[in-house]
This record gives sequence, C-alpha cells and structure tokens, in this order.
Amino acid sequence: MTRALPAFWLVFLLSIPLWLQDQYLLHILIITGIFIIAAMSLNLLLGYTGQLSLGHVAFFGIGAYASALTTLGFDIELFGFRVVHHTWPALVGLLVGMIVAGLSGYVIGRLSFKVRGAYFVIVSISFAEVTRLVALNWVELTQGPLALTNIPPYTLGFPGLGDYTLWNKTAYYYLVLALGLIAYVVISRLVGSRIGRAMIALKENETLASAVGIDVTRYLVLAAVVSAAMAGGAGSLYAHYLKIIDPDIFLFIYTVTMVIMVITGGKGTLAGPIVGGVIFGFLPVILRPFAAPAVQWILYGGLMIAIVFLLPQGIVPAIQRWITTRKPAGALLAGSSDPREGR
Amino acid sequence: MDQFLQHLLNAVMLGGTYALLGIGLTLIFGIMHVVNFAHGELYAFGAYTVYLVAAALGLNFFLALIVAVIAGALLGSLIEIALLRPMRGADIDTVMLVMIGAWIVMQNTELLVWGGVAKAIVTPFPETPLVIGPVSISWVRVFVLAAALLLIAGSYLLIHRTKLGKAMRATFQDADTAALMGVNIKGIFTATFAIGSALAAAAGALLGPVFLVTPTMGDLASLKAFAIVILGGLGNITGATIGGFILAFVEEIGAGYISSGYRDAMGFLIIIVVLLFKPTGLFARAERVG
Repeated sequence: MTRALPAFWLVFLLSIPLWLQDQYLLHILIITGIFIIAAMSLNLLLGYTGQLSLGHVAFFGIGAYASALTTLGFDIELFGFRVVHHTWPALVGLLVGMIVAGLSGYVIGRLSFKVRGAYFVIVSISFAEVTRLVALNWVELTQGPLALTNIPPYTLGFPGLGDYTLWNKTAYYYLVLALGLIAYVVISRLVGSRIGRAMIALKENETLASAVGIDVTRYLVLAAVVSAAMAGGAGSLYAHYLKIIDPDIFLFIYTVTMVIMVITGGKGTLAGPIVGGVIFGFLPVILRPFAAPAVQWILYGGLMIAIVFLLPQGIVPAIQRWITTRKPAGALLAGSSDPREGR
Repeated sequence: MDQFLQHLLNAVMLGGTYALLGIGLTLIFGIMHVVNFAHGELYAFGAYTVYLVAAALGLNFFLALIVAVIAGALLGSLIEIALLRPMRGADIDTVMLVMIGAWIVMQNTELLVWGGVAKAIVTPFPETPLVIGPVSISWVRVFVLAAALLLIAGSYLLIHRTKLGKAMRATFQDADTAALMGVNIKGIFTATFAIGSALAAAAGALLGPVFLVTPTMGDLASLKAFAIVILGGLGNITGATIGGFILAFVEEIGAGYISSGYRDAMGFLIIIVVLLFKPTGLFARAERVG
C-alpha cells in the first residue's frame, strides 16, 4: 500500500490536464506548482538546517531575471565597458538562472553563516530588498519598472523528432510537474544521504554536531547553494511562463507565501511544502469572491500564528501522528514501511 | 562643502528618529530575545495614529503625538500578553514566525482601514525653512530632532535611574536569577515590549509628518532598525543610539553622492560590512543594558 500511494498520486497528477477543461484552474495549478518548487527549496534550509531564509524571493527573482536576460539578450555599459549579450535559448536561461541564483546563495551563506540564526534572517531579508532596488534602478539592464517583456517560452529539442515550443498551458503543466518531481527526488535523496544527516544533526544540536567533526559552515553553505539554485530554477519557470517580470517579483509577500506554505504543511517533511503549497495555492481562488486581498492576507497572517500555536510541527506530522495513534496495529505496518516515508 | 554640510544636517535630523527605532528594537531583543518583525508596524501605527488624531479628527498636533506614543505602548503590551507570553520558552525561530504573522496582519489591517494611497500630515510649523548660513532646514525637522533627543534622554533615564530600569537591567543579565531575587519577570517583559513599541510608534509619529504615511512604510523601518541594531551590537542601547546616527549619515551621503535610488540599500551594505569585519557590532557587546 505504501508503494501504491506515490504511483496513484503520480497517475492522478499526470491525468489532470486530460479531464480539467478550465484553463484558469490549470493556470492556478502551474503557478502553484512553481511556488511548491520554491517552497521545497526553502524547506531544505528552514526544515532541515533550521535556518530561516526570509529573502528567498531574492533567489527566485534572480533566477527569473538571469534566465530572462540570458534569453532576451542585453546591451549595457559597465564600468566604461560595453557588454553585449545576444539571445540564447530559453533552456540555457534556466541553467544560467539556477547558476546565478546558486552563486548568490553561496555569497549570502558565506557572509551570514559565520553568525547564523537571527543574523541570517536579517541578512537574507535585506538582500532581497537590495535586489529589488537593483532591479528597479538598473534600468539599462532590467528596464526597471517598465518590466522585461516578451520573454520567450522554453523550446525542448528532441533528437530526431525536432523542436517543440511550450506555447500552451498543458505542455507547461507537464514541464512544471517534471521539474517538480526532479526537485522532490533531489531533496529526498539529499536529506536521506550523509549530507542530509549532517544537516539534521546541526539543526538538532550544533555543538554536538561540530564536536563529532561536522563542518557546520560548509554544510550550511552547501544547503544554501542547492536551495538558492532550486529557487532560481522556479523563478526561471515563472518568468518564461508569464512572459513578463518586473521588480515586484522581489516583494516580501512572495517570501511570506513560501514560508507559510512550508510552516503550514510541516517544515522538515518532504510532503509538507506540497500540502502547504496546494492549500495556499488554491485558497486565494476560493477566498477571492468573498474577501479583498488585504482581508486574505490578514487571514494568512492569523493562520500562521494559529499554526505555530496549535500545530507547531505543521499538518503533515500531525496527520502522521493521528494515523499511528488511531491504529494500534500501526506498529506492525510501520515496521514494514520505508522509514523515510513522508519525512 | 555647503552641500556636505546640508547632508550632515539632514543626517542628524533623521538620525534621532532612527536611534529611537533602534533603541526600541535592541531593548526587546536584549531583554526578551525576540526578533521583533512587527517593530516597523508599530512605527507605521504611530504615524497613522497621528494622522487619525491630527488630520482626520482635526485635533491638536502635539496631542496627537502623545496619543500615538501611548497607543503604541498599549498595542505593544497587548501583543506581548496575547502572543509572546504564551510563547515563552519557545525557541527564537518559532517566536520569529509569530511576529512575522503579526506583521502581516497589522500591515494589511492598515491597508484595509486606510487604503493604499499615501496620506500627508499637516503640521502647525511654518512652511518657510530655518536658514543658517549656507544650510537650511524645515522647522518640522528641527522639532523632530528635539523631540527625538528628548525621548532618547528619557529612555536613558528610565533604564539607569528608575527601579523599573534596574529590574530590566537585571533581567537582561540573567532572567532566572532576577526572578529569584523577586523581580516580576512577566511584568518586566510586558513593560519592555511596551516601551520598545512606544519608541517605535514615537519614531513613526515624528517622521510621519516629514514623509508620507503609507501601509508599507513599516517594512523599511523594520529593516533599518535591524541594520542599526546589528551595527550597534544586539542589546546595546548606546550602540543603537550611535548606530541610528551612523545609518542616517551613510544613507544621506549615499543618496547625495552615489544614487538616490539606492538610499534604502545603504542599511544592507552596513550589515554586510559589519558582519564581515566585526560580527558582534561596532560597540563590543555590553554585558548589561545601557
């Protein structure tokens, strides 16, 4: 049964575009999927190393801008030199976006993980603010508030079959799903590996972890790089899907969206960001007819406080606990299942 | 040179209110170990209270300032009792999440009540600026600096000369021992948060008439307060006071000579430089508040 469940979910997710005719709902699913990838990347830092990145949207936005600029090309003057870049394929943009975001994750990690904790939170949130100011003020490169427009969609090349450009929503849905699955597998392999155990060890007891020889800063920076690159990839998906990005992509509310997704679903669990992501991806759709955006945000903020008070571990661990306490025979079942299940 | 003098003067005017923001945040962090993300919202709350009393109700401007500070203290104690008291003993990150939730709720409540359009507060001060040789300064800003300095001096007196201040300093050094000595820790925490909130509200009430009042004004105020506190060393009040003036100076010089678009990025640069070279803050971590 435990093995059938992921297969069932996969078939369900694959089948959605076949029976879902509503293009608006498909659009919501794509955006939700992109934010779930970003939330999973945040969860790697917040849930597994215990470091709260409140500037995660910076990596998301850097990925989006780097990818869009790689694809669109630019012509700027930098320190007296003229830098010209011609258009490259959108998929290269995705790669460049991830690399640039990963590099900025490295720099931020190096800078702030010497002191960690509250410092990392403040450095990351300030970093997001600065990236927003750069996107707004470096008009020559980013067009500032005029936004980067006409960002082309991805083109996939199949050997022997020719090229396929992702113009419609269905194709884009499958791309987001595929990349989401890759991100999920990467994170689950990472946290199940020696590196992941080291990260969890530092979260649980840093003094002990460093005493047994775990290089704290190195693992934290590694987590920051992977997390930032993944968020950058999600940003690239976002840019090429919407075809337009402006400096508002760096707004703090997007980071809050990711944090709420992770906290509500359950930080430090693999399924948490997905459960939280689906809830907060569709909640605006459900609430929209009744509540103005400001009212929705008041509800989200209140919900965040309520979750911390009532379900500090999040929804996924609460459900797991509920299932195990309900079935006394659960011990037998649990013994046969993969211990990593649902973590 | 004249331009530099003008920047310097502007920085001093701004620095007083920045110091208020920083002192409030550093007190809360030093004594309660709470990273208060709602700090900027209390700043915005102070500004909106002045707008409500002075502009919307048409009452006296100075009365509005006093109302804003008292309302800030009351809202602060409410937040402390409702959200922070039940969270005592929880780890710092969990409390941080609660404060982020409070931040979102407060900011969007402001947006809902007041709308997204910026509000201007008219003051009773003359429009013509005060001209001293090559530099000029508006009367409002002179008043803002005077009031801020008065409040800074008041905070020092409160912490160093009163029984409450003594209890706060004792709690800062060692909360458990202070409790054993008969200090009412719960009361001290509420008082600390109320005072910190009142100072933030005062900063907002003073700067509201200088700039415009918007629902998102608190975001940058929070970031700047964090920059000031990191600059001065977490929990260090003298550090926060000097840090406030340093940040204002760097911002003015940056906006004047580099690019005005990056004015608000200066705080971040300060954070980076401090973390690179002296992570404990420019002023070595104090063993006590003050």
